[in-house]
Amino acid sequence: MALVEIRDVHKRFGEHEVLRGITLDIEAGEVVCLLGPSGSGKTTLLRCINHLEKIEGGTIRVDGELVGYRLTSKGALREETDRVIAARRAHIGMVFQRFNLFAHLDALANVCEAPVHVLGRSRAAARERGVQLLENVGLGAKLHAYPHELSGGQQQRVAIARALAMDPKLMLFDEPTSALDPELVGEVLETMKSLAAGGMTMIVVTHETGFAREVAHRVVMMDEGRVIEEAPPVQFFDAPAQPRTRAFLSKIL
Amino acid sequence: MAIGVTLGLLGALGAISKFRPVRFLVGAYLWIFRGTPVIVQIIFWYDATAELTNNRINLSSLVAGVLALGVNEGAYMTEIIRAGLISVDRGQLEAARSLGMPYGLAMRRIVIPQAIRVILPPTGNQFIGMLKTTSLLFTIAVPEIYATGVNLYSANFRYFEVLSVVSIWYLMLTSILTFAQRRLERHFGYDRVTVGRSGDGVLARMFGIGAGRGAR
Repeated sequence: MALVEIRDVHKRFGEHEVLRGITLDIEAGEVVCLLGPSGSGKTTLLRCINHLEKIEGGTIRVDGELVGYRLTSKGALREETDRVIAARRAHIGMVFQRFNLFAHLDALANVCEAPVHVLGRSRAAARERGVQLLENVGLGAKLHAYPHELSGGQQQRVAIARALAMDPKLMLFDEPTSALDPELVGEVLETMKSLAAGGMTMIVVTHETGFAREVAHRVVMMDEGRVIEEAPPVQFFDAPAQPRTRAFLSKIL
Repeated sequence: MAIGVTLGLLGALGAISKFRPVRFLVGAYLWIFRGTPVIVQIIFWYDATAELTNNRINLSSLVAGVLALGVNEGAYMTEIIRAGLISVDRGQLEAARSLGMPYGLAMRRIVIPQAIRVILPPTGNQFIGMLKTTSLLFTIAVPEIYATGVNLYSANFRYFEVLSVVSIWYLMLTSILTFAQRRLERHFGYDRVTVGRSGDGVLARMFGIGAGRGAR
């Protein structure tokens, strides 16, 4: 069974149908990059996976469980209570385009917040783990820096450490390098590469084709709310099957 | 003031609630208590409650006064706190929720602490305004500062002296509040140099001038 099972997912914002029947499986340990023009629904799909967005149809299962819903006896989807949703989200890490570090907490406190208050770990244990995670992303010297004292690349690495502190089964990356100055992109991609090398399951919305080519096991092309092509990176970039994919790649490469 | 802040927090959380009836209730509360003069509300609590209930509920002037000012204050605090809550970037709540925090925990640990920075300055205004509004309680014979002054000068006709003393009392009380506000702002101003540092004198802390050059 796949770690993430997405089945015929539909989502609309008012009149606009953003997702028009997405079906996708992601295996444990797999790194999947979502590519596509803006407005194709890739970020929305990512946000649906941890139920930051509701869906109107279809199902999304992570590790066999529906994330924001339960099935009624009649087979309809009912939204779960806040607490149940929160508990399911706890093991799905998410990294945002704009970092979203907690502005009133320093780097280490950002990382320790959820392990202490959600998982109920002791402060000492969370702290020890937090220091280790921040060292792993190269920020051992910035434990007590506040977000506004860090560069974008450093903030994003703290955000990755913060998500990892929850021992996620799955990491979602929403354009993690799009808000960064060009010279800071590399350090974040390096951190993500070593995460992938460690066997983490990752779904990455990105425009970094170099990263997709080098790290992804599979590249998924989305357009107008549908998956139009999925292939291993070599095949995807060197011999795309769909004309729409070719047109898109010719614009961004 | 405690009533005001509590009602204000509840009101603000209600105002951003996704439940329509709750938002409607808060809207009605604001509409009534911001839309009528405080002095009318004071007399309402004191005299109209007794009249409506045939004297079964007969609030003492002090209780009526505290309730009237507290409930009125709550309406204004609702808007102040709501402004603070919506000033916190939506991404903060999303990040908290993506880490598995339920709504209440995310608000308490992440959103409200950041909102406080925006809430404090207008709350200081509000408290000082409220302190001075207590002078209206003389209408229902609460023995507050101004009422005491009125009693004095109507006996001895020394308006200048009496009102000067009354003013000095108010100034002393508002100074304490101003001082407390600055201290709190410094405590919560985690990301900028705030007016006044611990080494500065009282003047520097109150007016942001003098020794330390603490002003941004």
